[in-house]
Amino acid sequence: MTQTIVRISDDALARAVGADALAAAFEKQGCDVQRTSSWGMHWLEPLVEIDGKGFGPATLADVDAILSGTSDRAIGAIEDHPFIARQQRLTFARAGKTRPLSLEDYEGTGGWSGLKRARQIGSDAIIEEVTRSGLRGRGGAGFPAGIKWRTVANAVGDRKYIVCNADEGDSGTFADRMMMEGDPYALIEGMAIAGEAVGALKGFVYIRSEYPDAIRKMERAAQLCAHIIAPFEVEIRVGAGAYVCGEETSLLNSLEGVRGEVRAKPPLPAIRGLFGRPTVVNNVLTLSAVPHILGEGGANDYEALGMGRSKGTMPIQLAGNIKHGGLYEAAFGVTLGELVNDIGGGTHSGRPVKAVQVGGPLGAYLPPEQFDIVFDYEAYTAADALIGHGGITVFDDTADMGSMARFAMEFCAAESCGKCTPCRIGSVRGIELIDRILAGKETGGGRQPDRIELSPVMQNAPKRGRTAEEEIELLTDLCETMKFGSLCALGGFTPYPVLSALKHWPQDFTGEAVAERELGTVPGGKGA
Amino acid sequence: MSKELRIGEIVAGHFHREGPLLPILHEVQEEFGCVDAESEALIAKALNWSRADVHGVVSFYHDFLANPDPRPEVQICRAEACKARGIESMMDEAQQAAGDRVKLSAVYCLGLCSAGPAARMGETLHARLDTGSLASLIENA
Ligand SMILES: Cc1cc2nc3c(=O)[nH]c(=O)nc-3n(C[C@H](O)[C@H](O)[C@H](O)COP(=O)(O)O)c2cc1C
Ligand code: SF4
Ligand code: FES
Repeated sequence: MTQTIVRISDDALARAVGADALAAAFEKQGCDVQRTSSWGMHWLEPLVEIDGKGFGPATLADVDAILSGTSDRAIGAIEDHPFIARQQRLTFARAGKTRPLSLEDYEGTGGWSGLKRARQIGSDAIIEEVTRSGLRGRGGAGFPAGIKWRTVANAVGDRKYIVCNADEGDSGTFADRMMMEGDPYALIEGMAIAGEAVGALKGFVYIRSEYPDAIRKMERAAQLCAHIIAPFEVEIRVGAGAYVCGEETSLLNSLEGVRGEVRAKPPLPAIRGLFGRPTVVNNVLTLSAVPHILGEGGANDYEALGMGRSKGTMPIQLAGNIKHGGLYEAAFGVTLGELVNDIGGGTHSGRPVKAVQVGGPLGAYLPPEQFDIVFDYEAYTAADALIGHGGITVFDDTADMGSMARFAMEFCAAESCGKCTPCRIGSVRGIELIDRILAGKETGGGRQPDRIELSPVMQNAPKRGRTAEEEIELLTDLCETMKFGSLCALGGFTPYPVLSALKHWPQDFTGEAVAERELGTVPGGKGA
Repeated sequence: MSKELRIGEIVAGHFHREGPLLPILHEVQEEFGCVDAESEALIAKALNWSRADVHGVVSFYHDFLANPDPRPEVQICRAEACKARGIESMMDEAQQAAGDRVKLSAVYCLGLCSAGPAARMGETLHARLDTGSLASLIENA
């Protein structure tokens, strides 16, 4: 009798919900268990695949029924599942289909052909194709990759470096993790192509320490393919729990072994980066998109997708209180409503959606009224929001937006690198201010003057205390200072979640009565 | 082996790398459960840096502890996506289950945001936790 081939992901999320025990159980039944990457349908993990058909979420109790074909966990052919069929997977083309560390699987699915072609066409043509594809940085800022590469290629230096930013600190995002755990060679190939383009022989991957599985797999992958990418070399480095080290200059300092403080720009890292040498810093997804683009005709195919100046596809991450969470790669242009309701199936709790945070902890909270906004860098910027790294975190109507705004300030205070005052001190003042506002919620808002304000030397302090409206005005003012006075986006963008929460859900800050009174009078308020 | 010798070995093991300090600190933290003042001084000496330079780096990062904590540790994600799935309302019972025996620490995202609440113990990750499973995870830590 031939052995049944059972495929179960060894992605960290699948393992966190029991995939290892499940794999062992199928092995015990005499099956040939292959550990593959994840399809990205996270609500179905652990997902068991036999002959292309899926069963999930599977537990140990389901093993026998799955093998005898009577399981009620059956979801039919995985590739035909609407969540998969609707996607356009370029960067995640191998997701669910290959064994992450198998060189045989990688080559068998077109692996290394981008690098081979890159080596034939040479630096200029590589950069030209990456530029033509319209690929923009997927780490948050959306800077055109081709232009960055051109700058590094033209810069003079005795050595150059490729640095892959795998710090993925944004909550609600996991595509970098899935890429590194599921298709590590694609990332390494992208880095080697970047090296070929700019004349670098050394690459670093800086992975956050919260990703043990990704670290292990990337280390192994770098060893196993060393002979293929040589003379290019890849070294894995592990972060140490600082969110700000995702900012590129802070990351470079961290790699150099000093405090992860943000550097002032210029000089750009492209000119003076790691150890003062010209350096490409790109996100995992940016680099992983490159092998496809360098394939025959890949650049044109990529450019043909998307809208406006947002070209190609974006691996979007559906997270938080969502029914069908996971990885959804699609061409730019899809609306938020489609993502949350049609694809994501609404909330996990079944309650109405209250707010959606797009772009991680520094991204704005959007209400369902804004669900027609399309996924496009410029459209989000115009709406005072950001795409960031493509994370979408859904909240149901039990969420308290006042405490989420407080958390944004708290996070900024905890993670600030300390270099500039609006961020380092402003975030702490922000927490205090929001606490005062929230404390006034029950009492109708406002507060009495404190001892310091009453002292005669504080000539400009109001002696009558402050009304709720004035406190909110103060918070808005503080946010403006942080926005325009911070060196990097940690201090500069923390106001987005705070102000958007305040704008759309003022009642969560001051209670219903005051919110009513305020409508139209608060700067940035609903009626403003 | 004395601490001085061992730290000397660790430093020597990474000395050839470009920017060796973070890998050194990770290994010292792993081996001694902290990077205390004594270790800082030893690392500084071995690298021919000032102690202040090393201390500045150690104190910057959340992963390096100044003192060892012998308690088992459970890291619980307290970031937005896990908040959206209710982690905050589970924390009281988690604290109770932990008592003084288990150290609970907050992390901001484990990359399991579509299946939160999430937690980590050592190299093992846990997702889709509820009040009961989180408490029993902590009790068995
Ligand atoms: C506070 C802060 C955190 C950041 N975190 C990340 C991160 O985790 N991963 C990332 O790729 N980029 C992050 N960035 C953006 C990087 O600074 C940089 O723009 C990016 O790595 C460039 O690569 P890309 O052009 O491929 O996007 C962060 C920026 C800031 C200000
Ligand atoms: S904004 Fe904050 S994190 Fe960024 S450089 Fe200033 S202090 Fe550092
Ligand atoms: S927000 Fe909790 S795992 Fe990402």
